[in-house]
Amino acid sequence: MNSVTNDKVIQLSHGGGGKEMNRLIKEIFFNAFDNAILRKEEDAAVLHFDGNVAFTTDSFTVAPIFFAGGDIGKLAVAGTVNDLAMMGAEPQFLSCSVIIEEGFEITKLKTIVASMATELKKSNTRIVCGDTKVVPKGCVDGLFINTSGVGQIIKPDVSVRNLEAGDCIIVSRDIGRHGAAILMAREGLTLESELTSDCANLWPIVEQLIAANVEVHAMRDATRGGMSAVLNEWAKASNVCIEVKEDAVPVSDEVKGLCELYGFEPFDLANEGTFIVAVPADNAEKALNVMQQFCHCQTASIIGQVTEQQNNQGKVILQTPWGSARYLDVPQGELLPRIC
Amino acid sequence: MIALADLYQGFRDPKVIRSLAQQISHYASQVEGKINIMEVCGGHTHTIMKYGLNQLLPSNIEFIHGPGCPVCIMPKERIDHAATLASQPDTILVTLGDMIRVPGSKGSLAQFRAKGCDIRPIYDPLDTLTIAADNPDKTIIFFAIGFETSTPMTAVLIDQASQRGINNLLFHINHVLVPPAIDAVMSDPLVKVNAFIGPAHVSVISGAKIYRQAVETYSTPVVVSGFEPVDVMQSILMLVKQKAEQRAELENQYSRSVSENGNQTAQALIDKYLTIRPEFRWRGLGPIENSALMLKPEYAHLDAERVYANVLPQVEIDDHKACQCGDILRGLCKPKDCKVFGRGCSPDTPLGSCMVSSEGACNAYYRYNGVNL
Amino acid sequence: MCLSIPSKVVELHPDEQAVTVDTMGVKRKVSSHLLAEPLALDDYVLIHIGFVMNKIDKADAMESLALYKEIVSKLEQQEREA
Repeated sequence: MNSVTNDKVIQLSHGGGGKEMNRLIKEIFFNAFDNAILRKEEDAAVLHFDGNVAFTTDSFTVAPIFFAGGDIGKLAVAGTVNDLAMMGAEPQFLSCSVIIEEGFEITKLKTIVASMATELKKSNTRIVCGDTKVVPKGCVDGLFINTSGVGQIIKPDVSVRNLEAGDCIIVSRDIGRHGAAILMAREGLTLESELTSDCANLWPIVEQLIAANVEVHAMRDATRGGMSAVLNEWAKASNVCIEVKEDAVPVSDEVKGLCELYGFEPFDLANEGTFIVAVPADNAEKALNVMQQFCHCQTASIIGQVTEQQNNQGKVILQTPWGSARYLDVPQGELLPRIC
Repeated sequence: MIALADLYQGFRDPKVIRSLAQQISHYASQVEGKINIMEVCGGHTHTIMKYGLNQLLPSNIEFIHGPGCPVCIMPKERIDHAATLASQPDTILVTLGDMIRVPGSKGSLAQFRAKGCDIRPIYDPLDTLTIAADNPDKTIIFFAIGFETSTPMTAVLIDQASQRGINNLLFHINHVLVPPAIDAVMSDPLVKVNAFIGPAHVSVISGAKIYRQAVETYSTPVVVSGFEPVDVMQSILMLVKQKAEQRAELENQYSRSVSENGNQTAQALIDKYLTIRPEFRWRGLGPIENSALMLKPEYAHLDAERVYANVLPQVEIDDHKACQCGDILRGLCKPKDCKVFGRGCSPDTPLGSCMVSSEGACNAYYRYNGVNL
Repeated sequence: MCLSIPSKVVELHPDEQAVTVDTMGVKRKVSSHLLAEPLALDDYVLIHIGFVMNKIDKADAMESLALYKEIVSKLEQQEREA
């Protein structure tokens, strides 16, 4: 019998429901994601839970598919795992749907699936169902992945609505790396740097925060829209004012450099392994200690706090090192280089 | 020896800014009446907003944000030109960055792109050469925008295209000039502006000398300033000192990058291909004589405005009658005084130039007004 | 049109009329068509939409920074005396 590895590129027949598709699924996906539930090959996975369950879904369409510090596969697992983790849920089961463009190289697909498998192991998460579609050339840009995830809630009452005056706002590491890495990898901006995406599975660190009994009021990974989007959502949802000290926010030199070059704000750039957490002031040190044990979070910092400013409820205020202050706004529109 | 990092940090040092703020207050107290400083350049507006410099100044100093953003001052009919060109068959329209967000009378370029037009925002004008070479069967149109700062880059693009034998590239020139805009602001008898911060990078190219005439004609001080917050604060100090000593001179705070005569190579390239346009309509300010550039007659075959003359709309499209951008740009009124501000006119649906980009006065007021900081 | 940040020349490409510059760890190749005199390694330049616009006068920048130091120490002295 022919092996799928004899084929160099994905053809429409790989999505046709016949032999070729079977080979593709068995040799590439089942091999990498192997587990008892998946191997049953039923129409749907049967899962068992006790108590409240968190359920989330996300689609991944990143261009380029491979970037410094990761690829679309790593992103597709980390992204959904992180959404569950941010709700205090253990990321247990994922689905994986892939839409592949005709002509996509099979070696690339294998690399992507392998990085998904690596990322799954970090949080002991299993892919228990999935789907593969192949579409004619030009209908998608290489490959799109959708993952949905479920997991039991271990730490209840983590919510955007739970911020209280006096809470400390902590960011887990330097911000803006994923957005900057993707922009640098894009055609047109021919840039070189040592910068890598922050793309990471956040469950191990959240698990430790829960184990250390840190009282978490709100927790969110700062993906699209960056830190600005998260803090503004929190301020509005909890009807509080969040004050951030600009010089306390960790930003790497390369991200600063990119922002200077193109007129971006690090606060607006996307992250894929950076989260923000609101904790009562007396829990802040404990939270920081836990976070800083992880090598990617050594720069975790308290960047501000929730205050009781009556006339600024729902707003985020940035205190600049120059003695002035301004609102930190939600980013608007397409991220384009500023020209004036 | 100076480290590169000193060029950033040294010119952003909070202590220096605090010291300069103190000195500004000291001299400003010796000045009777208001000091209304216009920063002509959007980059300075950005620095003032981002660093909150206006919060550090005494109450008799006020900023009037000038017509210094090339995207904001573009009248709708010019954006309609871009959209019309992009809608031609087998055509690729190339333009810089956030130009594609600004709405014309039938939508923004981003909306036209969504409808299927091939519109490519770029960062580097020379990327247009690659696009032209990769698409030999298409017509590439470079929609050129910007003040003196960005004009030489267009000239290099024209020059390179000719040297490389690229013949499917046309140009739609919208380059505008700072000194005529200053004249347009100052010629209003009611104008309140009585000091100018001169643009930084316009001056790198054109030299500080281009403001000399304005200083003499209007007896108004001009200080050419860098973009860092320390630069801007020092320039304000220099302006306030002039006011206190009742001088009106051209001074150059940004001497590490700006000379009296500017970048001669760049100017020669511009002169080779471009010439003064008799009149250009500025959004907010109306028609201003000799305020823009166009291709020289001998390059008419590269000029999209002439090549497509029979399809380009010629109707001038004014902003909403209630829009008061013109008065705001002259410092005659504040955004809050405008009837449509925050009602019909907001950053999502701008009715006038000052609401268009984050550097516009109305846009900034919209986002920062009511701040109780 | 005013985004521009000091960058350091780290590589020369005289055949292409280009140089590579470094801005806080981000490297980019930019055109040097607008400069008459050749650039050297370690020159500081301003970049605007992919072009070098000028060479920054280092001595002049150092003079400014020295002046700022003086202004700050004067203020600090005044504050101590007050």
